[in-house]
Amino acid sequence: MCASAKYNTRGPALIPRMKTKHRIYYITLFSIVLLGLIATGMFQFWPHSIESSNDWTVEKRSVHDVPVVKLPADSPIPERGDLSCRMHTCFDVYRCGFNPKNKIKVYIYSLKKYVDEYGTSVSNTISREYNELLTAISDSEFYTDDVNRACLFVPSIDVLNQNTLRIKETAQALAQLSRWDRGTNHLLFNMLPGGPPDYNTALDVPRDRALLAGGGFSTWTYRQGYDVSIPVYSPLSGEVDLPERGPGPRRYFILSSQMALHPEYRSELEALQAENGESVLVLDKCTNLSDGVPAVRKRCHNNQIFDYPQVLQEATFCVVLRGARLGQAVLSDVLQAGCVPVIIADSYILPFSEVLDWKRASVVIPEEKMPEMYSILQSVPQRQIEEMQRQARWFWEAYFRSMKAIALATLQIINDRIYPYAAISYEEWNDPPAVKWSSVSNPLFLPLIPPQSQGFTAIVLTYDRVESLFRVITEVSKVPSLSKLLVVWNNQNKNPPEDSLWPKIRVPLKVVRTAENKLSNRFFPYDEIETEAVLAIDDDIIMLTSDELQFGYEVWREFPDRLVGYPGRLHLWDHEMNKWKYESEWTNEVSMVLTGAAFYHKYFNYLYTYKMPGDIKNWVDAHMNCEDIAMNFLVANVTGKSVIKVTPRKKFKCPECTAIDGLSLDQTHMVERSECINKFASVFGTMPLKVVEHRADPVLYKDDFPEKLKSFPNIGSL
Amino acid sequence: MQARKKYILVTFLASWLLLFLLGGDRLRRFAFFSRTKAGARRSWPRWADRSLLKSFGDPEEPQSHGDPPPPSPRARRAARLSAYKGSRCRMETCFDLGRCQRHGFKVFTYPRERGEPVSESYGKILASIERSRYYTPRPEEACLFVLGIDTLDRDRLSGHYVPDVDEKIRGFPLWNGGRNHLVFNLYSGTWPNYTEELGFDVGQAMLAKASFYAESFRPGFDVSIPLFPRDHPQRGGQRGWLRRGAVPPKKKYLLAFKGKRYLTGIGSSTRNALHHIHNGKDIVSLTTCKHGKDWEKHKDTRCDKDNVDYEKFDYQELLHNSTFCIVPRGRRLGSFRFLEALQAACIPVLLSDGWELPFSEVIDWSKAAVVGSERLLLQIPSAVRCIHPERVLAFQQQTQFLWDAYFSSVDKIVHTTLEIIKDRLLPHRSRSRFLWNAPPGGLLALPDFSTHVGDFPFYYLQHGSSPSDKFTALVRAVSPLSQPLLRLVQAVSKSQYCAQILVLWNCEKPPPPTEKWPQIVVPLTVIEGGRKLSDRFFPYAAIRTDAVLSLDEHSSLSTSEVDFAFVVWRSFPERIVGFPASSHFWDAEQQRWGYTSRWTNELSIVLTAAAFYHRYYHSLFTGFLPAGLRELAGGLAACEDILMNVLVAAVTKLPPIKVAQRKQHKEAVPQQVKGTAATSGRGFSQQQDCLNQVADWFGYMPLVSSRLRLDPVLFKDQVSVLRKKYRHLERP
Repeated sequence: MCASAKYNTRGPALIPRMKTKHRIYYITLFSIVLLGLIATGMFQFWPHSIESSNDWTVEKRSVHDVPVVKLPADSPIPERGDLSCRMHTCFDVYRCGFNPKNKIKVYIYSLKKYVDEYGTSVSNTISREYNELLTAISDSEFYTDDVNRACLFVPSIDVLNQNTLRIKETAQALAQLSRWDRGTNHLLFNMLPGGPPDYNTALDVPRDRALLAGGGFSTWTYRQGYDVSIPVYSPLSGEVDLPERGPGPRRYFILSSQMALHPEYRSELEALQAENGESVLVLDKCTNLSDGVPAVRKRCHNNQIFDYPQVLQEATFCVVLRGARLGQAVLSDVLQAGCVPVIIADSYILPFSEVLDWKRASVVIPEEKMPEMYSILQSVPQRQIEEMQRQARWFWEAYFRSMKAIALATLQIINDRIYPYAAISYEEWNDPPAVKWSSVSNPLFLPLIPPQSQGFTAIVLTYDRVESLFRVITEVSKVPSLSKLLVVWNNQNKNPPEDSLWPKIRVPLKVVRTAENKLSNRFFPYDEIETEAVLAIDDDIIMLTSDELQFGYEVWREFPDRLVGYPGRLHLWDHEMNKWKYESEWTNEVSMVLTGAAFYHKYFNYLYTYKMPGDIKNWVDAHMNCEDIAMNFLVANVTGKSVIKVTPRKKFKCPECTAIDGLSLDQTHMVERSECINKFASVFGTMPLKVVEHRADPVLYKDDFPEKLKSFPNIGSL
Repeated sequence: MQARKKYILVTFLASWLLLFLLGGDRLRRFAFFSRTKAGARRSWPRWADRSLLKSFGDPEEPQSHGDPPPPSPRARRAARLSAYKGSRCRMETCFDLGRCQRHGFKVFTYPRERGEPVSESYGKILASIERSRYYTPRPEEACLFVLGIDTLDRDRLSGHYVPDVDEKIRGFPLWNGGRNHLVFNLYSGTWPNYTEELGFDVGQAMLAKASFYAESFRPGFDVSIPLFPRDHPQRGGQRGWLRRGAVPPKKKYLLAFKGKRYLTGIGSSTRNALHHIHNGKDIVSLTTCKHGKDWEKHKDTRCDKDNVDYEKFDYQELLHNSTFCIVPRGRRLGSFRFLEALQAACIPVLLSDGWELPFSEVIDWSKAAVVGSERLLLQIPSAVRCIHPERVLAFQQQTQFLWDAYFSSVDKIVHTTLEIIKDRLLPHRSRSRFLWNAPPGGLLALPDFSTHVGDFPFYYLQHGSSPSDKFTALVRAVSPLSQPLLRLVQAVSKSQYCAQILVLWNCEKPPPPTEKWPQIVVPLTVIEGGRKLSDRFFPYAAIRTDAVLSLDEHSSLSTSEVDFAFVVWRSFPERIVGFPASSHFWDAEQQRWGYTSRWTNELSIVLTAAAFYHRYYHSLFTGFLPAGLRELAGGLAACEDILMNVLVAAVTKLPPIKVAQRKQHKEAVPQQVKGTAATSGRGFSQQQDCLNQVADWFGYMPLVSSRLRLDPVLFKDQVSVLRKKYRHLERP
């Protein structure tokens, strides 16, 4: 079963009430038995997961010591790649099975050296990058060493660069892999496909049904939803450390740094340079370098020497033109420099295009429009350029910077296809950490005004003030839209009054008994709540008029994703103490409403109970205070929106109650509440509360208009 | 007590014994031998010489001197043009971008053939194109062509099948091998195999086709559209059924299916298996064998029992009461039930391998549907059970958003198709995937305005930004410089949030010289506008702030009112926030919409004579609404107000916001706003005409009513005026 669906539908009412002492015994006993069984199961049925993760034995062997396999000249050759392959036709999903972790298992064939009949080797045994890639897979949670449990097979035959291998013999080597089976569920990694003079855009090695993770696909060779388009790794990523540079204006508007450009492209770029002067810089290979200076690390323009890739950081846009191949390693360098790539390579499938939204990080210009490049780029809004720069750098950091990043992103993409219901979302793939942090995705994002007929459920949390409780029930039952009343009986030592004693009201009244006297019981998503709207109300709030409550409900309908309440409160930054302060003075601003009487969506009960960050929920229960502030934090954090304060109401205290709490009590109260704010702000890692200067009143409130024609004439006072 | 202790001890020992017996062996092995034994063959070895390995290749292009020079890019492009035709068409090779350059994206529909009636659905498609702002009646300025021949149903056995299409299209002088043509199709192929065969050569034309098979789909060229029924509404369309967001989803059934089971032929294997997951409790999966004339010939042992069960449940009831709905392939890959489930907020569980989902180029279906595999039907129940309640809620909301944004009417389906094609023409001025997949959706987020998410009024929260903290006042002046206008300019300019004042001079007399205007601290610019009322919503380049304060010369506002309204607008940047309001209502007697600006307890329109809104709405008003509708707004009283409010409500689905204002002002407004036509004596016939015509164009009434007004927190409270920030609002 899925570990996720542990949503408890009954709630605290059903927790057996036992004496604490006995319960401890039971819990200890239970956990020991459970632990024992789990441990047994693990050793019995899951030996590999434990052993392989602990296996750090360092292999002191050379890649040249691996077994040699001789390929007879007539050994079989796989079919050429099948262009019609899709996951549902060429991939064997049964190998992957259903598992609660939703992770595919990847097996790596052990390394061998392949030679032909004459003993000549078929290819270089393994390149540094491919070794890094296989190491990364082996260290990842996708890896399995059990060929029978594997869903995906990765050959150790290195085909990253087609030019370093013999095509026919490599294909023969693939075909004799133990589980080859026409290449089903095999994954090949290739970055430099094709060879002179045509430079095909996909690996030429016949590979039958194998999946290809290729750098440089065109739309004609890429099998959408089957192959994975990967970047061409740039070794500079590992060698050069370019610190991230903040977005903002840079010296050059457009920069071209590629060395092996076709003369036709170069002349077009130079024409651009001539037209636009200093803001365009076209670099070329250096011809006059002194010995010992690596040519890859320098670029020249009119005898002026520039450091590469550092010079990329001086430009806003960097041109990435196709060469003989579509995929270019320079793309990686450009992204690393936080320069916005201008991709000019018709029909090129951008790396990881299945999941990455390249419109956010690059500008794609058709080759024919190259002369218009300058004006096209000028039309990009400045703020968008800055975001693209950040996005470009983020793409590099997350998916380009190492062979490991490339390998894991590739496997994740395939994993997402096999377990689509557990796939990583667009936001997780594309949003840089800073955006993930600052942006808000409201869980109630659909603008929907709930029908009035649904009504609301009132929840009264009570301990033993029966008389006042009954008054509240009677008052609230007068509100037309009330559809149910739920009394949460928080007193374990006393039974609620008998049924016959309760006030007779026109809507169903239910009493829920709780297992413990906890404040969080007020915010439990009881099954009995059948409406979206919940009115939380204390058992001593009797001053709210029926019009006031009904109006509050109407306001909630227009703002169903917010807390809608009566007295408002404010948080302030105390400059002297350098911390937050709670404010209950009658100010011009509000950032919280008290939940002594507040409307909100039932969904927030679910969030409060199951998704409250950190230890806030328990902390509130232990301190018996600030559950309302916690709710305000929670809702504001998840929706990014302010509360709505309705009507002039400023306090809940009835005139006769004010005498009870003296000034000193009030002050400790304020200190405690301030502490809560500081505590919550630190747990949330931010201050989510939003300050606003408005409250909601009925349209004709205090207007010079006959009271009897107003919908809500009886809106109470302060 | 003693007994319990003993009991505990015994259980304790027993469990350890159990552990040792079952797992002890492994445990010991693990503890003592793993180091020596496991290492060699487990993970990928750390080679001793790994740092000496060679790199896979020179990162720069291999440019060995012996090789022939690579082909010239121009020559390569030319070669590509001829090589990639027909089934390998792409925009670069089969579409003539040059046609779209001079006149922009314009669509021409062929005149309908005489004596050849088109089907109802195709008639609607053509009507949608002709209603769109891209339509042109002149082929010479068209970028895209749509045939007048009905190509929707290409099933040879169907009554709507049009024969000899090949001959006909070859006779069209504009056909040109299908270049720049868009061919719509809902049904292709025929019994028994239902292939992608259309029965004529599409050539280089783009296909907008339902039930597209991924393999024959030309990516970035064709468009996959949904299968829609004949009675799908032309415009507007029904709302989705989701009325409440519940977590966990409180529906009677988890997963439901009710439909035909094919006994033979293509698609039968999937549907034949569906009964396996039926559990009679929370999973209902019912099939019937009854379809076609001779079903009894192929009948198997299950049929009779299945047919009985089948009748016990109602399809509509299942749609309403199920969280997930299985949408398996039929004979073809797509089915009507896909849209039905989407509308019903029943999350589609797709079992249709190889189906290129509708508008997959732009829509992220992983947010709204579970894409299952036909081969893994039996995993579906456990897979959907494992989806978190929050995610289910998000799925449900997304189905509703997608339904409403792209599918609920033929207009939306056709316009989405056109927008997708338009986005391809200028990749750098196209919508990002985000814009397509977040409300209000791609049709209402115009990339011509901006490609930057933060520039739109409805994405601030998701984008993590907020609207700019200044506004531009746009005052429309129709009469020569008057005292009220001068007072207004002065009051507005004193607002701390005012960035500039633009006066739209719509008066016959020339604007007064600079020295006649009051001395104010912010820049004042006079724009000489045309005479049309809708000119006030033109996207003037001079407006650079996010907020626009739209004003009439007669409006009288104090600085306090402006300040407060702006602060409120910053909390609701996607809505209209303003002062005088009016409302609409359904006039049951006359069977039409009514309009009133009398004082009521509700409001649904905030007059743009004094209102804040986002500058994007200027672009949307001008760029989204067809010219005809904008002209209508110019001709009727207060119509541009209504049109703007309807447009914003269509985008936000929310009411506008009215804020507090000084009282005597409100009383004066109804008379002042639109001259004599609006006086209460003669009713609001012009406004009502306008309202009804606008609602007719949209196909529904987008306006939403609100019962609240936003006031300052201490508004009219009995506390000292000195405490109040907006104390000028209090003055009687």
